[in-house]
Amino acid sequence: MSGRQHTDREYEHELLQLREQLLVMGSHVETIIGDSIRALQERDAALAERTIVADKIVNRMEVELDGLCLQILARRQPVASDLRFITLVLKVVTDLERIADLGVNICERVLELNSEPQLKPYVDIPRMATEVQSMLRDVLDAFVAKDAERARKIIDRDQVVDALYAQVFRELLTFMMESAHNVYRATRLQSIAKYLERMADHTTNLAEMVIFMVDGEDVRHLTSREEASEARQPHPHNN
Amino acid sequence: MKRPTLQASRRPRTGDAILWLATGLATLLVLAVLAIILFDVIRNGTQKLTLGFLTKAPAEGMTAGGIFPAIIGTVELVILMTLAALPAGVATAIYLHEYADPMGIPTRIVRIAVNNLAGVPSIVFGLFGLGFFVQFAGGGIDKLFYGGAKVYGQPALIWAALTMAVLTLPVVIVATEEALSAVPRDVRLASAALGATKFQTIVRVVLPQAVPGILTGAILAISRGAGEVAPILFTGAAYFLPSLPHTFHDQFMQLGYHVYVLATQSPDVDATRPLLYATVLVLLALTFALNASAIVVRSRMRRRFSGAHS
Amino acid sequence: MNMQVAQETAEAATGSLSVGKLAVFYGDKKAMGPVDMEIPGRKVTALIGPSGCGKSTFLRSLNRMNEMITGCRVEGDVKLDAEPIYGPGVDAVAVRRRIGMVFQKSNPFPKSIYENVAYGLRIGGVNDRSELSGRVEQALEHAALWDEVKDRLHESALGLSGGQQQRLCIARALAVEPEVILMDEPASALDPIATARIEELIHELARDYTVVIVTHNMQQAARVSHHTAFFYMGDLIEFDRTDVIFTKPRQQKTEDYITGRFG
Repeated sequence: MSGRQHTDREYEHELLQLREQLLVMGSHVETIIGDSIRALQERDAALAERTIVADKIVNRMEVELDGLCLQILARRQPVASDLRFITLVLKVVTDLERIADLGVNICERVLELNSEPQLKPYVDIPRMATEVQSMLRDVLDAFVAKDAERARKIIDRDQVVDALYAQVFRELLTFMMESAHNVYRATRLQSIAKYLERMADHTTNLAEMVIFMVDGEDVRHLTSREEASEARQPHPHNN
Repeated sequence: MKRPTLQASRRPRTGDAILWLATGLATLLVLAVLAIILFDVIRNGTQKLTLGFLTKAPAEGMTAGGIFPAIIGTVELVILMTLAALPAGVATAIYLHEYADPMGIPTRIVRIAVNNLAGVPSIVFGLFGLGFFVQFAGGGIDKLFYGGAKVYGQPALIWAALTMAVLTLPVVIVATEEALSAVPRDVRLASAALGATKFQTIVRVVLPQAVPGILTGAILAISRGAGEVAPILFTGAAYFLPSLPHTFHDQFMQLGYHVYVLATQSPDVDATRPLLYATVLVLLALTFALNASAIVVRSRMRRRFSGAHS
Repeated sequence: MNMQVAQETAEAATGSLSVGKLAVFYGDKKAMGPVDMEIPGRKVTALIGPSGCGKSTFLRSLNRMNEMITGCRVEGDVKLDAEPIYGPGVDAVAVRRRIGMVFQKSNPFPKSIYENVAYGLRIGGVNDRSELSGRVEQALEHAALWDEVKDRLHESALGLSGGQQQRLCIARALAVEPEVILMDEPASALDPIATARIEELIHELARDYTVVIVTHNMQQAARVSHHTAFFYMGDLIEFDRTDVIFTKPRQQKTEDYITGRFG
């Protein structure tokens, strides 16, 4: 994209402000993911409670950012790359807020799990969480750097998370079949894994949006993820 | 820093006052001169200004009677002059403005010629008229059509009219060109964009809009023609004629020339003086009337064509 | 050209303009070009670009109005449905009857409303009164002006408001029944409501005519046109469907201009 600045400095400033606030929101959400898993691993009810409260900040930021976008749309009538950026922000904000809500859901399950002793050592779930966190961080980096290539790589990593979820699910299933006593905790853990898997899906959506913003190519809803990551060309030059 | 006050200063700004005073005085001076002339003429001229004066011929060696033949002669002269000058002048202006290359040498030569023609003293026109029209053209016609008899080869209405036409030609050309320039470019473009040829644009759009300006020029030319004496001195004006002119090769009496005659050739100066003033009054009235009608025509047409462009 | 090709050309006649290597010179200085462009028929094509980029010069080349400017020279060719409009045997006056133009500042003749609209017809030789009034009424209806002026057709056109005068100029151009209508910033001198009416009119006109409009208002270009061409410093930078130009233009210069990054 162009390194040039808008002739209207105030407009330039507004876009910058939008970007910064989005990144701030992104880092809040990252923190929520990390804290929710830490609360799980350390069985820390206080942390879980605090994290649930922290979600309120994210909700408030969603409202603020939506408002800022509407203002820019009304006053500046953005076109081309600016337009793609603004519409992207509107959708990213929604996805980020959902991810934060899923983090809150994890914390709620953690509080429920703390009423019983730990079922098993947690290995795969923290791995899923790490992967999701890194995907989110990478997608925000790709957004800042306007790097569509990086965004495409994130789409591939969703499969890793899906595979981990399948593994976790199978394992918990055996626990449930072993003893009815395990069912309560196993289902809570399965929920947590499911939440993480959905977080990865949302993050993949964000990656698709970054590609659209940078390249102008709409790669959503393609039949397979492989097709999306193979479609390297920015614009078809024949029309 | 103290900001300047908004209150009106008690002492008026001196620059403004001086200018107002100076320009006001100059205007008063001009009006005064005009008033003096008018006052003098009216005071001395109305005495003899009767209907009879306007309809009778001069009698008893210019000491009595009227100026009817002079009025008729002036009218005939002006009509012929206009018929000769107007088409030629308008056509020249149209050519110069619409067709000629503005930067071309021929165009520039024509313009210089027109400008110089405007500056030629009127007595020189008179001599030109005598030499070219009366002697050369008139003499030629006599030789060709009248077997040498002196019909056209002498001062005549037609030659005086043509001489006056040449005199007023620059006025008509300049006024017409100005009128053509005043037609805004955008209506010409509109006409062209509708698929009009140049001729159609000129005839249907430009000329109709230029008519008021052309008319103004024509009226000014006429008013000049009614008053100029020098060009007709050798080409057609007569001191006294028993009958009115009714062919092109007749001589004629004319108001301006009649003033000269009354002022210099009268046997009885005292008896003639009131007649002289009355003639001057008629001449002035005619000139003023023509100029006033030019102004009226111009302002009325201007209103019609400028419209309410928002 | 054999009969079949001629027939096909006639059937395909949609008022499309084909521009090939068009360049315009004022004296020795090149003002615009060379430009290649295919302007589709019965659609609105907008020409955008900063001041002095050549878009108005290009527009004027499409109906040979550039020839009204002394010292102007045109190279290349323009074809109206495969018929060239430049060339030794081509009559510029005939071209302008098929490719009409509406100007930035409305320029009605100082005649009556009726005579303004009838002007194009009269110079084309139409003098029958019933035919004239029929076509005048039709043109005024097409220009969405009939209802407002039907009771005062013989009043001076200069008494109309700015927006009405511009619509009158459009009616005047339509009366000649051209195939293409060129508009040079037709609404730039009008207030927002009058502008909106002109834009609505342009939209309707596209059903029957090919419209090419120069505008410095990008939002207007985006609202009104199907295709947009971006000019910069005398060159055509990009030409594409309007929705493409305004959401994902291919050229960096286009992107910079439409987003306002011309510092």
